[in-house]
Amino acid sequence: MAQDDLYRSVVLERAKSPRHAGDLPDAPLHGQGGNPLCGDRVKLHAMVDTQGRIATLRHETRGCAICAASADLMAERVTGQGRAQVSRLQAELVAAVETGIAPEGLGELSVFAPLHQHRSRIRCAMLPWSALTEMLNDEKDR
Amino acid sequence: MDQILTRPGRAADSLRHVRDDFPILSEKVHGKDLVFLDSAASAQKPRQVIDCMAETMRTQYANIHRGLYWMSERTTEAYEGVRDQVAKFLGANAREEIVFTRNSTEAINLVAHSYGSMLRPGQAVVVSEMEHHANLVPWQMLRDRTGIELRVTPVTDDGALDMDALARTLSDGRVGLVAITHMSNVLGTITDARAIADMAHAAGAKVLFDGSQLAVHRRVDVSALDADFYVVTGHKLYGPTGIGVLWARRELLEAMPPFLGGGDMISTVSFERSTWAHVPHKFEAGTPAIIETIGLGAALAYIESIGFDAIGAHEDALTAYALEMLGQVQGLKVIGTAPQRGGVISFTMADVHPHDIATLLDRNGIAVRAGHHCAEPLMRRMGVSATARASFGIYTTPEEIATLAATLEQIRGFFV
Repeated sequence: MAQDDLYRSVVLERAKSPRHAGDLPDAPLHGQGGNPLCGDRVKLHAMVDTQGRIATLRHETRGCAICAASADLMAERVTGQGRAQVSRLQAELVAAVETGIAPEGLGELSVFAPLHQHRSRIRCAMLPWSALTEMLNDEKDR
Repeated sequence: MDQILTRPGRAADSLRHVRDDFPILSEKVHGKDLVFLDSAASAQKPRQVIDCMAETMRTQYANIHRGLYWMSERTTEAYEGVRDQVAKFLGANAREEIVFTRNSTEAINLVAHSYGSMLRPGQAVVVSEMEHHANLVPWQMLRDRTGIELRVTPVTDDGALDMDALARTLSDGRVGLVAITHMSNVLGTITDARAIADMAHAAGAKVLFDGSQLAVHRRVDVSALDADFYVVTGHKLYGPTGIGVLWARRELLEAMPPFLGGGDMISTVSFERSTWAHVPHKFEAGTPAIIETIGLGAALAYIESIGFDAIGAHEDALTAYALEMLGQVQGLKVIGTAPQRGGVISFTMADVHPHDIATLLDRNGIAVRAGHHCAEPLMRRMGVSATARASFGIYTTPEEIATLAATLEQIRGFFV
């Protein structure tokens, strides 16, 4: 089996050695999401700056490589971004996994585009994003 | 795996000719030959079934039991002919003991609803730790509806039914029904149905077996098992979806109230009250899955033409080969190692999540199941959150097993 275009080294590395994993006990924002079908579970902890942008995001992920890598790449990508930008990125990622074609500007997140051939796994990549959106919406409603 | 010392037994290769009957096996997946190892979820369909169903629709289809014209009468004969076939297939004493349902799940729900309504508070239903959700949730619903007790009898660490514990579960004489799988869809364990039936009867309980998996691999004889209820589903038996079977002793069916009401299940109807048709029709409300039932008949005829001696020998040899081959994959752990088992093998592999295993296998054309296999409590009991599962059918070959093992070894290499 040659190097797989879905399980590229970035996915395997991030799953094995995440750069943004862990707890942030003093963080004001906490969110979580789970997938009852496979037992994947993501917890998020975030610090937000005065403009409402994400200053630091940490995740605690228990799940498959796709979910774990997605959480880690997400944490990296959304740092410094506000809610509108997060929602735009999420929409672009959805478009990529639905069509297999990554919009320009998606960067490393485009590694998930081959999921369009594995539709049952799209939710693994999207779980951290839905947890993030829910966390940010809860913050807005507070 | 450079050195493969294991060789499959000759019987593992003995049904190769049947592959020609399954058109789907020549399909490609992601550019690779399809290696279909998910027959326990649903089996592929032979040409004999596909053609029979298409031919029925093309040449003789009409509603059954009510048309006073040739097409309807012919279709009724074909439909009712399958009831005779199923009765023979399961070793039933009478055709009236065969009730057609949508699948095993509906068959169990029928029993939980109808026989369940005859149980009294203070009585208990016993299920095992290795039940599919289909043989657990209907009993939870019955418990919540009527106040009966639901008891769960344990499995041993290797995945066999703990018979001593079952005896203790039955010992207070309050159990009305024991509902247990005849072969686990996760562990592959084949339970000793006759011994379970004897224990249940000695304790004054009836017994239901979920034969969804077993009936595909072994000859079922409900009389020899001394069962009271037995359920199977067509789509795992190389037949179509939408058709399952409940077999029950005639006197039980006669005593039980109907499940669904409607046309076909009545004798007389007025605005004030209705009376029920004789069994089995009392349990078959509405237009049934006519074409699917006739398709099931074709599937059973196909299975009988191969014969359970050949099927059993093939699958035993294949399973032994697979257990050896998978045992050579580093870090692979088989979940469920009971001595009596069939061709359903669940496993984990080091830290690689079963969903990643399944997706990477799929990218190589290999279809396996991954997840909790509709048996979440069993997963917890066995100490895992999910497993990957390879399961075999009559068309599975030793080469496919070898491809699975070699690909798993490569996948493991990815994650090291």
